[in-house]
Amino acid sequence: MSALYHVTRSSKAAQLAAVFGAIGLIFLIAAPWWAGSAMMRLLGEIFLYLALASLWNLMAGYAGLVSVGQQAFVGFGGYMLFAVTIAGGLSPFAAIGLAGILGGLIAVPVALLIFRLRGAYFAIGTWVIAEVFRLSFAQVSSLGGGSGSSLPVAVVRSLAANKDGREAISYWLALGAVVVVIAAVYLFLRSRNGLALMAIRDNELAAGSLGIDIWRTKFVVYIVTAALTSMVGALIFLQKLRISPDAAFSVNDWTAFVIFIVVIGGIGTIEGPIIGTLVFFALRETLADLGTAYLIILGFVAIFVMLKAPKGVWGLIRARFDLQLFPLGYRVLKRIQKKGA
Amino acid sequence: MEWLNAVVQGTLLGGLYALFAAGLSLIFGVMRLVNIAHGDLIVLAAYLGLTVVTMLGLHPLLALIIVVPVMAVFGYVLQRAVLNRTLGDDLLPPLLVSFGLSVILQNGLLEIYTADPQKINAGALETASVQVGGLSLGVLPLLTFGIAVAVIWGLQWVFYHTALGRAFRAVSDNPDIAQLMGLNRRHIFGLAMALALAVTAVAGVLLGIRTSFDPSIGGARLIFGFEAVIIGGLGNLWGTLAGGVILGVAQTLGAKIDPGWQLLAGHIAFLVILAVRPNGLFPRISA
Repeated sequence: MSALYHVTRSSKAAQLAAVFGAIGLIFLIAAPWWAGSAMMRLLGEIFLYLALASLWNLMAGYAGLVSVGQQAFVGFGGYMLFAVTIAGGLSPFAAIGLAGILGGLIAVPVALLIFRLRGAYFAIGTWVIAEVFRLSFAQVSSLGGGSGSSLPVAVVRSLAANKDGREAISYWLALGAVVVVIAAVYLFLRSRNGLALMAIRDNELAAGSLGIDIWRTKFVVYIVTAALTSMVGALIFLQKLRISPDAAFSVNDWTAFVIFIVVIGGIGTIEGPIIGTLVFFALRETLADLGTAYLIILGFVAIFVMLKAPKGVWGLIRARFDLQLFPLGYRVLKRIQKKGA
Repeated sequence: MEWLNAVVQGTLLGGLYALFAAGLSLIFGVMRLVNIAHGDLIVLAAYLGLTVVTMLGLHPLLALIIVVPVMAVFGYVLQRAVLNRTLGDDLLPPLLVSFGLSVILQNGLLEIYTADPQKINAGALETASVQVGGLSLGVLPLLTFGIAVAVIWGLQWVFYHTALGRAFRAVSDNPDIAQLMGLNRRHIFGLAMALALAVTAVAGVLLGIRTSFDPSIGGARLIFGFEAVIIGGLGNLWGTLAGGVILGVAQTLGAKIDPGWQLLAGHIAFLVILAVRPNGLFPRISA
């Protein structure tokens, strides 16, 4: 009996997950034909939160950039959607793309500044940036100043002629965003840069000594994340149709909840944010009647998970079953030949 | 004269910001913990002060006799029961746990006290003023600044002239060796948090007398304190006072130009200093 070793990335579970994922995706794409408008709104919100969570997870879980200021880019993207469509007369579709590009551009000077701070001070530094954005947009009177503004009817109409069409398009945009974000994160992590990123996360000193440019790698992740977060922000406020500085740059809505989602699901895995988003919305839909008490419960759950199961729900599942639905790592398998070859 | 007035008022405001920052600086110095809930703890202290004042009819400054020990005990328990478990090489657990704590505190206060703005009534102290060389200085801001100087001097004295301070410095330099020398670092960390929240209690009550507050304002107080720490330089308490003053002056000068620019000017001053001197003006340790 001879043992053959072979190295593989894929596994039965990952192949099954890919098949089920594809079927599920087709099912979700068809939602406008089977779901009511309340259901579609909820699904759209779930997709956008999942996109935000996956992006935050890429930064904090893989690049070690723990930001509590991603609301800066959510709000920036939202405001760019409004500014570009109202003042520039662009279509909302072009505006979403442009919001992403502008978000990436504004992130460059921001990164140059706050990359001077380390660790937890970096985290609060990002929050300062978000406050600067909030206060600055509150000064722009053409965008409604402190009280905010609504998306003009003409812009909303330009999405689609009737209400059903607009709902469907807005839903597909959200679904498209989450698919693009997860695919981008997955492909990035499988690439050479992703490998460098994980090496930095595991041991910065060792990674640096192997010739990885740590600053540049983190910088690229920060800029790309900012651009994609700005696009998601534009989509969020395309759904809401109204923007104000306090809503756009809310630390609770766009960072605290996102962090809780990632931590509860399992930080540093692609599957974690997906599970975390499902848990978060399950909690929200069942406990929403409790008002603020629901947020208190959420805070306790997050603390409890961090103390008792720091790798989150997916970490527990993976420890038990050795699963990886989005295969990133390589594994060595021993294949036992049945008949002596 | 108006500009001079703005600078003087900003300096006095800086005393309050230094009090926000002192607790933050202390716990970072001792255990490298950055507490996201720090601002919400300041607001909690303000509400405790309000409750004591309205229930017992005490003067707010006398209410400190109750609020300070309550916050200190809360700090010790919080550290021993929760925060000690998060300390280690990874910065994520303390950050996330204190983020969770922040959400719990904010919404807990919202549940108990509602979102209506409140204020602690300090009677004549609020409006009393003295004339100094043509400037009219409020007694309360002067008192706040005096308390800030006294608190920082006191913390400095504890750090460098007492056995407790030696223990703080020992666990800060090397917790493992401090433990080998017979110090119980969990207990020392608890005491550090107790001391930090005692300072926070003073800051919260003074904040509550000075302006109206509601459960949502904690985040901004955390940011002011953080900016004062970074401007002044990590690990330097007198630098933190200087940082608070710079931030306060930037805000009052900003407000002088345009009322909408008050907070923005403070943040911009912070970012400029970060760009020019990343380690702050008077650094003692590197982050």
